[in-house]
Amino acid sequence: MIRRVKQRYLALKIESAESLEEEDVKDAVWSAVIQLFGEHGASQTGLYFVQYDRERKEAVLRCSHKALPVVHASVASVTKMKSKPASIHVLRVSGTLRALRERR
Amino acid sequence: MTKFVDLHLCAPFRDVEQLRRMVEKSFEIGYGSVGIPLPPNLEPDEVERLRKICSEVGLDFVSRVDLTPKNTNELLASLRRLRRRFEVVAVLCTSKLIARQAAKDRRVDVLSFPVTKPRNRFFDNAEAELASESLASLEIDMAPLLSLEGFLRIRLISSLRREASIAKSFHVPVLISSGATDYYLLRRPHDYSALARLFDMDSSLAFSALSEVPRSIVERNRQKLSPNFVAPGLRVVRSRDP
Repeated sequence: MIRRVKQRYLALKIESAESLEEEDVKDAVWSAVIQLFGEHGASQTGLYFVQYDRERKEAVLRCSHKALPVVHASVASVTKMKSKPASIHVLRVSGTLRALRERR
Repeated sequence: MTKFVDLHLCAPFRDVEQLRRMVEKSFEIGYGSVGIPLPPNLEPDEVERLRKICSEVGLDFVSRVDLTPKNTNELLASLRRLRRRFEVVAVLCTSKLIARQAAKDRRVDVLSFPVTKPRNRFFDNAEAELASESLASLEIDMAPLLSLEGFLRIRLISSLRREASIAKSFHVPVLISSGATDYYLLRRPHDYSALARLFDMDSSLAFSALSEVPRSIVERNRQKLSPNFVAPGLRVVRSRDP
């Protein structure tokens, strides 16, 4: 029997003086994962951007639960977006989107 | 008040606006106490001003001095002069002699090492053994881990992995500090715990390095600096009125 892959959802808060598009956040997170863990490590994360709220500068991303430490460390290591100082804080981690939104 | 302590918030203490912004952010992301490194000759009024800013935000302020002595004599002279004026004394060990002296001196709370020079990171087995017999803790600043790139960061992670492993085997307390000089270099304690996995530090040890270890340093020194302190384990509880 094929086992279901467990996922983790991360709620992120982006801090930057710049106005950021979803692509900027995606680029920053992917670059951080590749820089810290390489392309092989990045391929095992199952990283997917679920949503991005441009006004509140909040994002939700999904990854495989085994890759959570890798993704968490990578997200925390982001220091620049669009070549300007920025940071990303992980607000919450949950196993389902519903629980993530309920805990807001 | 939360249990997390950042003993190395390098906020520019003369720039009140930037300082307040960083202190507010520290509170927002979950810290209960912050240690700000101060120059040794800072006036007590200035220290009180910083303490007031932190208490307005809801943070406990810890005064800290970073010593960068050129030789062991200078280190001893600075310790004699400054130990009773600051709650936390850190020594940046730039030579092996200084590192050894700092590790065995019970007046030193924190040992830190240059970030970009791996040859000058003298935290080896001998250093750890000396530190384990005194009260010194090894400090790991996280800001360089965020700001360095490429080969320099690879070397830093490698050094930190080796040092964390040595500290664990010799039971030397490790403390994780932000070392943040800028608002954007501040991270949540949970983020630091995730980053600590880069140098093979497990999350329980990382949380202890972010909370219990720095808190115990502060509490121990506050007891010692209190006027009621007589000797370790002995303090004045009540005195008869004259």
